Amino acid sequence: MLPYDFDYYLPKTVEEGVRLFQQLEREGKIPVYYSGGTEIITLGRLNLVETNAVIDIKAIGECKEFTIKDQQLIVGSALSLTAVEEKNVFPLLSKAASGVADHTARNKITVGGNICGQIFYREAVLPFLLTDSHVVIAGKNGLRQTPIHQLFKRNLKLQKGEFLVQLHTDRRFLRMPYVCVKRRQQWDTGYPLITVAVLKKEDETRIAISGLCPFPFRAFEMEKSIQQVGPLGDRIQEALRHVPQPVLDDVEGSSGYRVFVLEQMLQDLLRELEGNHP
Amino acid sequence: MISARLTVNDEEREIAFWPSDTLLFVLRERLGLTGAKPGCLNGDCGACTVNVNGTAMKSCLMLAVEGMNQTIRTIEGLKDSPIQHAFIEHFAFQCGYCTPGFIMNINSLLKKHPNADDSTIKEFLSSNICRCTGYQEIEKAVKSLLKINREDKAGLPNDE
Ligand SMILES: Cc1cc2nc3c(=O)[nH]c(=O)nc-3n(C[C@H](O)[C@H](O)[C@H](O)COP(=O)(O)OP(=O)(O)OC[C@H]3O[C@@H](n4cnc5c(N)ncnc54)[C@H](O)[C@@H]3O)c2cc1C
Ligand code: FES
Ligand code: FES
Repeated sequence: MLPYDFDYYLPKTVEEGVRLFQQLEREGKIPVYYSGGTEIITLGRLNLVETNAVIDIKAIGECKEFTIKDQQLIVGSALSLTAVEEKNVFPLLSKAASGVADHTARNKITVGGNICGQIFYREAVLPFLLTDSHVVIAGKNGLRQTPIHQLFKRNLKLQKGEFLVQLHTDRRFLRMPYVCVKRRQQWDTGYPLITVAVLKKEDETRIAISGLCPFPFRAFEMEKSIQQVGPLGDRIQEALRHVPQPVLDDVEGSSGYRVFVLEQMLQDLLRELEGNHP
Repeated sequence: MISARLTVNDEEREIAFWPSDTLLFVLRERLGLTGAKPGCLNGDCGACTVNVNGTAMKSCLMLAVEGMNQTIRTIEGLKDSPIQHAFIEHFAFQCGYCTPGFIMNINSLLKKHPNADDSTIKEFLSSNICRCTGYQEIEKAVKSLLKINREDKAGLPNDE
């Protein structure tokens, strides 16, 4: 039971969802979009979510789509993480999704909810950052499609009343070599100490990280250092100078420990992807 | 309050609840089905696990209103099932508080992966926490059923 009540809406179309949001706002309500709902329920229980009207987007067809169309993989935002994992069309996404929470929780947590959530790990975004995917956003002017890098700056920068409908990924990325590793403080489930995903696009090494800072990010500056010629150890040291700030410093791990773990992970992952360089 | 129909354990029930009520709360407080246990209420422990259309769901992470038009099964809806027997035979519980959650999760596992390998079993079982017995006994109970499953899949309700 939550400490407060809200009205529940289940729109069938994107337009109906957007219209409901505007109408509820005009009526003085505080609407939120609801996907898996796990964060709204768990943070709501602690009074950390303010709403009196939830708009569940799970009945909107576009939000449940999973297809390849015009050379693009389309992933609906309201698909559960296990649904995406099981399809295994995009192995890097399956791997990143399978690291979130535990199997039963992932039956409920959705791709879009994870990317748009307040809880800052947002691990499911890493594959989309590495593959320069596009996001499809619904708002009062209809649908718009934008490169993810334009909208995802620490979190997805949505205008009031907008919601994430789909993510589109060029299918050429789907089979590129990758590694994705999640290190936890302990056990095999739960929040990461650090998750690192690396994708190899021909000679280019792409890196995205969650759990190091209070936001996930594509490590563009670090990638430039890794691209240089020279011993791997030196390139990693140079890359670590470009770690964004602040680095998390909490009960899961101090900032110094996190950077140490990152260094070891980069050693292992890059060696695996680049072959046995010195 | 809204009045809605929920299909729980093959029975259609018309009940009144608030849209913000979790499925766990409605099962226990409105329907008197106390098999699904409140533990962390935060999605971490799995004590509240039920099956929704044959899939394991933590009922503390789901609103009852989301359960409309779905097939919900709680531990009370499993009667004399092979999993329940296997838990007894393999001493897979002590205080029993976590047991309904484990059993409902394993019920879904057996339906979806009747010949689950070790990593799939581990993946599913990591969703539930037991504070008093060993996971080895629970794993043994699951594995004993995989063998039975090869010959006989009877006893598992078909909710998909
Ligand atoms: C037990 C447990 C363990 C967890 N472990 C991890 C972990 O290991 N790694 C990790 O990254 N996360 C983890 N999380 C966090 C979880 O992934 C996020 O809380 C996520 O937001 C839940 O997704 P949801 O679909 O349930 O979101 P919801 O509760 O539906 O929504 C979360 C927020 O996003 C907004 N939102 C949802 N969908 C959209 C959309 N399509 N467009 C715009 N806004 C939207 C909602 O309004 C809300 O503010 C865990 C959560 C739980 C409960
Ligand atoms: S009570 Fe639901 S997971 Fe703990
Ligand atoms: S048997 Fe007591 S918590 Fe599991």
